[in-house]
Amino acid sequence: MAERRELSFRLNGHPRTVPCADERLLLDLLREDLEMTGTKRGCDLGTCGCCAVLIDGRPSLSCLTLARRIEGREITTIEGLTPPSGLSPLQKAFVAAGATQCGFCTPGFIVAASALLAATPHPTREQVVAALGGNLCRCTGYTKIIEAVQAAGSP
Amino acid sequence: MAVPEPPRRLLGGRIPYIDGPLKVTGRAEYTDDLRRPGQLVGRILRSPYAHARILSIDTAAAERMPGVHAVLVGSDYPIPFGVLPITHDETALAVGKTRYIGDMVAAVAADSEGTAEEALRAIRVEVERLPEHLDPDAGTRPVAEPIHARGLNGTNVQKEVLQHFGDVDRAFREAAVSVAVHGNYAGVTHAFTEPLVTLAEATPDGRLTVWSATQVPHYLHRSLSEVLGVPMHRIRVIKPEVGGGFGGKSDPLPHEIVCAALALRTGRAVKILCDREDVFLTNHGRHPTRNEVRIAAAADGTLLAYDIDAVIDGGAWSSFGVVTTYYNGVLSMGPYRVPNFRYRGRRVYTNKPPSGAMRAHGGTNLRYSIEVALDELAERLRIDPFDLRSHNALPPNSTTVNGFRITSTSFRACLAAARERSGWDAKFRKLPFGRGVGLGCGFYISGSNSPIHFTPKMPQCTVHLKADMDGGIAVHSMQADIGQGSNTLLAAIVAEVLGVDLERVHVVRVDSDISPVDIGSYSSRVTFMMGNAARRAAEALRALLLRAARDLTGYPVEQLRMGHECVEVAHRPEIRVGFLEVLHKAMERTGALQTSGAYTSPPMGGTHKGARAGTAPAYSFAAYVAEVEVDAETGQYRAEKIWAAFDCGRALNRLAVEGQIEGSIHMGLGQFVGEAMTYRGPRLLNPSLLEYKIPMPGQMPEVEVLLVGDDDPEGPFGAKEAGEGPLIATLPALGNALYDAIGVRFLDLPVTPEKVLRGLDRRRAEGRSWKGG
Repeated sequence: MAERRELSFRLNGHPRTVPCADERLLLDLLREDLEMTGTKRGCDLGTCGCCAVLIDGRPSLSCLTLARRIEGREITTIEGLTPPSGLSPLQKAFVAAGATQCGFCTPGFIVAASALLAATPHPTREQVVAALGGNLCRCTGYTKIIEAVQAAGSP
Repeated sequence: MAVPEPPRRLLGGRIPYIDGPLKVTGRAEYTDDLRRPGQLVGRILRSPYAHARILSIDTAAAERMPGVHAVLVGSDYPIPFGVLPITHDETALAVGKTRYIGDMVAAVAADSEGTAEEALRAIRVEVERLPEHLDPDAGTRPVAEPIHARGLNGTNVQKEVLQHFGDVDRAFREAAVSVAVHGNYAGVTHAFTEPLVTLAEATPDGRLTVWSATQVPHYLHRSLSEVLGVPMHRIRVIKPEVGGGFGGKSDPLPHEIVCAALALRTGRAVKILCDREDVFLTNHGRHPTRNEVRIAAAADGTLLAYDIDAVIDGGAWSSFGVVTTYYNGVLSMGPYRVPNFRYRGRRVYTNKPPSGAMRAHGGTNLRYSIEVALDELAERLRIDPFDLRSHNALPPNSTTVNGFRITSTSFRACLAAARERSGWDAKFRKLPFGRGVGLGCGFYISGSNSPIHFTPKMPQCTVHLKADMDGGIAVHSMQADIGQGSNTLLAAIVAEVLGVDLERVHVVRVDSDISPVDIGSYSSRVTFMMGNAARRAAEALRALLLRAARDLTGYPVEQLRMGHECVEVAHRPEIRVGFLEVLHKAMERTGALQTSGAYTSPPMGGTHKGARAGTAPAYSFAAYVAEVEVDAETGQYRAEKIWAAFDCGRALNRLAVEGQIEGSIHMGLGQFVGEAMTYRGPRLLNPSLLEYKIPMPGQMPEVEVLLVGDDDPEGPFGAKEAGEGPLIATLPALGNALYDAIGVRFLDLPVTPEKVLRGLDRRRAEGRSWKGG
């Protein structure tokens, strides 16, 4: 068994220190160790975007990120993008537009779109399409996802 | 006196998915999100050989490892199973032979992933390699070592269908014109985002609970019982949220049975999470297909005959293969009247991952060949492609030559809408070289008339409602929401009939202990069958409430109706009693109200062999126009827009219907532009979402959805399917648009830029010019 050392970071705004093996991946740390299952495991290969989280505000694939690399950094997961009660404007827009079908890719899309809207509050369609380029959805044809992000970002 | 129905509040509108808030917050529970105390990790050893006799398996070293709790091999559970009762040719783990690279040979349950992987490496398997059968055409002839003993006459043919209605040879002799196309289609796969995953737990009370990412919990339930030898009533199957299916989670799959077997063996909970490569190898995707379609027509364009031959590559197992083999011919029976029809279809086993049911199962590759042939026919006859199709459209309330009962069809309205909205008449053959429009049409079953299991004789769907003093209405049914929004529709139908707000209605997670049987999400059956059952259950509950309201108001039941959250007197709606008050009155003697509704499709179809295949209580129709732009220098092309006219009868949730159409177009686009299960010999070369590329957001065309259906006479509130049919027309619309753009026919899918360039070169070499290009 690999040695487990302490790992300190901020998770959804709160400081956390957890024991963590050097080879542990961020996705495993979140889903298995911390039981935060909102972040989804779709491929383990960095190909689908279902496991996206924000690291210091930038969308990142947790299945390709060694947990050790988040030492001292700020991690935001889908749980952290959700208000204590109700939904964020982006989440509301997803529900209203019917941008979820099976919902498995949805947390990854919300994470990617949140980063876009934080940097570009009123994105064009092209900017939305570019920002979602790392996320796959097999149900919706992306149409209503793009619609939802644009609606959330409309002035 | 009939009471006037109040206007509909929900159905026909845009109803946001009721599980949307859970899904956008990551709170929806999928199987891999669940964890049981003491849960073990299950892992599977897969064969590196495509075809090999298993001489011995030595598991002793693996069994001795600390942390290993069970090791299973094929002989532990040798009872064969399969989704169709007539073709049980799979086993939980390979017995005697391996039949494709990825075939499951042994399984372990261990404390940790690491230990499980180590145990797999310690298993020694001795094999004798056998000749590999990879080409389905070669498999139609007798071979030395067939893949299955059940292949026809020493060949690898799993199923052969021969059908002939009318006199096809005579029709071709008398025809003014005939066309023939040869289609070749690579296999494609579902590529759902949630991997295959199962969690099973055996408990000391003698019960087994199985949570699985499945679209058909009931068939899984049956297969578990048959293979494991545990009576069905001691097995509890639960379907958590499912992250997409598209047919790929509709067979009972071997890893599900193995997972349950490991739980039984250990008396613990075991989870098997397939990795992405496992998912690709499990496949059950659309069959690699070669077909020949010949069409005869009169000089005025009247279709006289179809003559169809299809060879489909089944891979290692039967799966739905008997159905697939029929569908690859008989789903040609709409949307046009075809008076003479001949079909030979053969499904051939090969040493490749099994093919199975994928969205628009059996109708997609066949339809592409037909629609391209019709485009060719229209050109030869100098008839507009729309006019040709409209001229031949099946009329409502008709019967096809092979006995399909056609009730509602708005196919002509689909054609009219697509033609007008796309600006067809100003574009067809008139756009500059490199730009083109194409028409493709579609036809699909709205639920298979035949349940797969006939015994015991049961309805295809049952829905139970329970209303208790809390005022909530719990809905129980084994219908499987896999993302298509069936839970939302189920709740909306109940709420509509009872006049209550949607938030009163709770669709309870599928659980075989409490959910009455529904045969699952496949064959585009859910809206039609579940919808009818739900409506009946809700009407039965409404009858109880109206009787209670009679006692409260003194008005006879005939003069009462459900208003919004109340019962009201129809001609004096100011006289009303609130829903809770009525409910509590109705409960006075019985306690909680419970009602049930069921659906069984009516008898239909001919009496010939295979007559049931393709019969459905209704059919969907489609007419799509695609507009494409081709770069003749690079062969790159782009679908700019698709006008999608679809007849799903009455669209009950327009948001969901649009979503199904947009998603179907994405999947059809993928198959057309590049998706392909690519093999070197028996080895799948692209078992990941990086190498098997589904379209990205930037590749999607603009989609304009045109819903033009009339109410279906038997569908719930007039509805028909919209889950699979919308895929079919996408491909031929694109293919015919490419022809309009550059004058090249493509019958070898996917159509890669290389093929476009080769096609352009070929046309130029033949000296044929096209729109100046």
